[in-house]
Formats: sequence, structure tokens, C-alpha cells
Amino acid sequence: MEDKEIKNVMDEGFKPEDYFCDARPKVVTPVANKFVRKFYNWAQANSLWILAFGTGCGSIELPPLYTARYDVSRFGIFPRPTPRQAGVFIISGYLSVKTLKRVIRSYEQMQNPKFVLGLGSCTVNGGMYFDSYNTINRLDYYLPVDVYIAGCMPRPEALIAGFNELKKLIKEGRAEGANKYVENLDWYKANQKKIIKDWDLPEYNW
Amino acid sequence: MSDILIKIGYALASLFLIFNYGLLLIGVTMKIIARVHGRIGPPIWQPYVDLFKSLSMRTSISHGIMFYLGPVFRLAGGVGLYLLIPAVYGSVWLQNFSFSGDLILVMYFIFFGMLGMALGAGESGHPFSAMGIMRGLSQVTASEVPFALAVIALAAQHHTLSITDIVAAQQGGIAHWNMIAKPVATIAGRLAYLGMMMHSPFDVHMAPQEIPIGPPTEFNSSFLVLLQSNRSVFAGAKLVLFMNLFFGGATSILEMVVKTFLIFQFCVVVGVVFPRFKVEQSIRWLIKIPAMIGVLAVLIYTF
Repeated sequence: MEDKEIKNVMDEGFKPEDYFCDARPKVVTPVANKFVRKFYNWAQANSLWILAFGTGCGSIELPPLYTARYDVSRFGIFPRPTPRQAGVFIISGYLSVKTLKRVIRSYEQMQNPKFVLGLGSCTVNGGMYFDSYNTINRLDYYLPVDVYIAGCMPRPEALIAGFNELKKLIKEGRAEGANKYVENLDWYKANQKKIIKDWDLPEYNW
Repeated sequence: MSDILIKIGYALASLFLIFNYGLLLIGVTMKIIARVHGRIGPPIWQPYVDLFKSLSMRTSISHGIMFYLGPVFRLAGGVGLYLLIPAVYGSVWLQNFSFSGDLILVMYFIFFGMLGMALGAGESGHPFSAMGIMRGLSQVTASEVPFALAVIALAAQHHTLSITDIVAAQQGGIAHWNMIAKPVATIAGRLAYLGMMMHSPFDVHMAPQEIPIGPPTEFNSSFLVLLQSNRSVFAGAKLVLFMNLFFGGATSILEMVVKTFLIFQFCVVVGVVFPRFKVEQSIRWLIKIPAMIGVLAVLIYTF
């Protein structure tokens, strides 16, 4: 019954391609002019919009970061609820395989340049979940990570230090995760498919 | 010919002024709201950095022609609105393109950008966009009712639809301002203004906690630059309109800045004090209290 309904909708001319593009992404090089590039990097570093997506226990560190105690807005860091506008993806703690699917989808919908922060030991080597059957151990097999923040749990101060490191990288023009992902797309996709058994995603969606 | 060129030059200078003023106003407001929350808050030039950051994004994704045109319509609505309102009374270059009978056109322009944006956001196909549009449009429609009633009361009293003439009639001291001379219409207008500025408690269509950011969910990179620019121009234009209608207009840029800043603080203060209305609550409130005050204003000033 359900299949029939879906088929009818498809017959009426709704195609999945209308809602997302699965064309293979391209590497976009930064602006050639040195001064413009530096200015853009400065703007990128001083206006970081975090995707509001908590993947694990580390996301509990984010509310104190936004509120009165640590207030990261004074560094130009704000939460942003939609991946189309956000620029920073914090993988906050352990990442289960089920969540990884959603993380990949959200990451691919973000616009270039985009940055990934691995928060907590779980993103480095699996941490205390190293032998769990349903979490990943190393995040950078699946997404290009710019900065790791080690600890279990890292305190908000550590996260702020991580942001400062990320800002430094962006200003130096070394935070090219989005292009790295595109250049090594086949390798990343192979890794993702190896761990996600029920792969039902488009090859790339944005 | 040169007359037209001079006018275009004035219009661009005037737009440049309101654009920067609007951005700084947003920055200062973010700071004030942060201080109420007990935070330090972002620097007041943060809206500029955000604008350049959105401009520096290297890719952007579009969903079709209307998706392109949505933000363009929105910005055209903001710019059109501003250019039809005299920003500073008696100034040559800040008089803009104000002409007699412009109040009706101005009210139309307030709505124009929103309808364009609704079409653009609708094409993105995102369900949250559609939800934000539905909520936003119904709320703005509800707040147009008391605003239109307040404007009708003023127009009936002044026997004119020209904003310049309404400002001219208010010159000569605070006792001549519509705020003092026509307090009922002013109250209706000010309460409608709360609904139009889309700050808390009337920001449910943006609802960053429940639905991602409302209508602009899918807008990214340079589309977002247009929307951010519009935010400053549109806010500035609406403030100037309210200053002209109820608070005696302005005869210098300094007076304009001080008056519009204070007018804006009204909705900021209300926003930090009151929690968010649901859309059905806000519509009910706008139709009940401000609209009824507006009807009273029309009755008082017409008879």
C-alpha cells in the first residue's frame, strides 16, 4: 500500500533530483588576490556559525558555551540551526553508525569552506567506546577534521581553545577541509560504505 | 539629465547611510540583549563581519529561478520602502523620492518583499521554510490591521496621504507631534510595530529552537548576503516611517538617529522581557487589542 502511494507521487513528476543535487562536487580554490583572500579568511575566522547538531554526550558542553558563563558570542561564534548557513560542525563526542549517516548528509549540505571540530577522545580513537559494536573509532576516516579537542569530557575552556586554534588555521589559509573531502571523495565514500551497512544515501547530496 | 543623475547620487548616498545605520543598530541591539542575558555579547561590528563572511563563501546552492528572485524581491521591497520615505525633513539629499500620496504605496511596499520572499522560500521545497512563511505572513497580516487603522486615523486628521505633509504638520515643538496630539492612533501604531519588527514575542516564524531559522532555511552564501542587507535597510526604513508618522520626523541626521534608536529600543525592551507568543496567540492579540485601539482612533479622529 505504502509503496503504491510513493510510486504515484513519483509518477506525477516529482523526482528526487528536484530536492537535492547529487552531482559530484568540485574543488573550489580560494580567491587568487592575496589581499582579498586574507580579508575573506579574516571574516571567516571571526564569524563562525556552528551547526546545531549534537551527536553525543559532548553536546551538553555547548549550552554553557552559548550562555552567560562562557559566552562564545564575544568571539563571533554563534549557533546556526540550518546546515546551509552553518560553517562549523562540532562532532561532540562518540558517533554511532546510525548518527554518522545523518552527519554525512548534514556535512555535505554545508557550503564550502566548512570546518569540522572533533570534540572529545571518542573522535580521536574511540575513547571509552573503543570496542563498541556501533560507534566509529576514528572520525577522520569519514570526514576531514580540522581540529581535535582531546579529553573526556573536554571543558568549555578547552572548546574555546580549540576554536582559537581553528581561527588560527583559517587565518593562515590551512583549514581546507571541504576541498580535502572533495579531492579524496572516493576514499571517504569507501570508508563510509564500509561501516554503514544499510547504505541508502545518494553518492553526494547538497 | 544631470538632474536625474544628481537624484540617483542622492538616493545611493541615502541608501548607504541607512544601510550602515541599520547594521550598527543590529550590532548595538545584539550587545544590549547580551547584557540583559548577563553576557558580554558580540562586538557591535559583528553584523559587518557576518556579511563579509557570507560573501566569502565559495559555493552556493540554488533551487530554481524563484529561489534566486526571492531575496532580490525582499531587498527591492526594503530599498523601495526606504526610498519612498523622507528620512530627514527639509534635507535635500535625504528627502528621497517622497511624493504626495506615498503613504498607500509605502504600506504596499512593506508587504511586497515578504510576498516575494514567500515565493522564493517556497521553491526551496523545505518544509520548515513553508512553515515559517505561513506563520510569518499570517502574523504580519494581523499586524497590518492596527497599523492601517492608525494610518487611516492620521490621514483623516491631516487630510493628506503625503508623509512629507504629515511631518510638516508636526513641526514646531513636541506638543505638535502625533504622539501627543493623537495618542490613541500612536498607541495602535506602536503595538502594530511590535508585530511588524518580528522581535520576541513576535518571532515565532523564525523560531530558531524549533524550526531552523524560518523562511531563509535554505538560503546560503550570497543569497544570505541579500537577506542580511535587507534586514538592516528594512529595519531602518520602518523606523524612519514610524518616526515620521508619530514622532515629529527629524530635521537633522543626529535627530533621526536618536529618535529611531529610541523607537527601536521599545521593541528590544519588550523582546527581552516577554517570552515568545505562539502564532495563534499573537494573531489573536494583534486583532484584539491593537486593532480595537485602532478602530477607536479612527472613530475619535473621524467624527
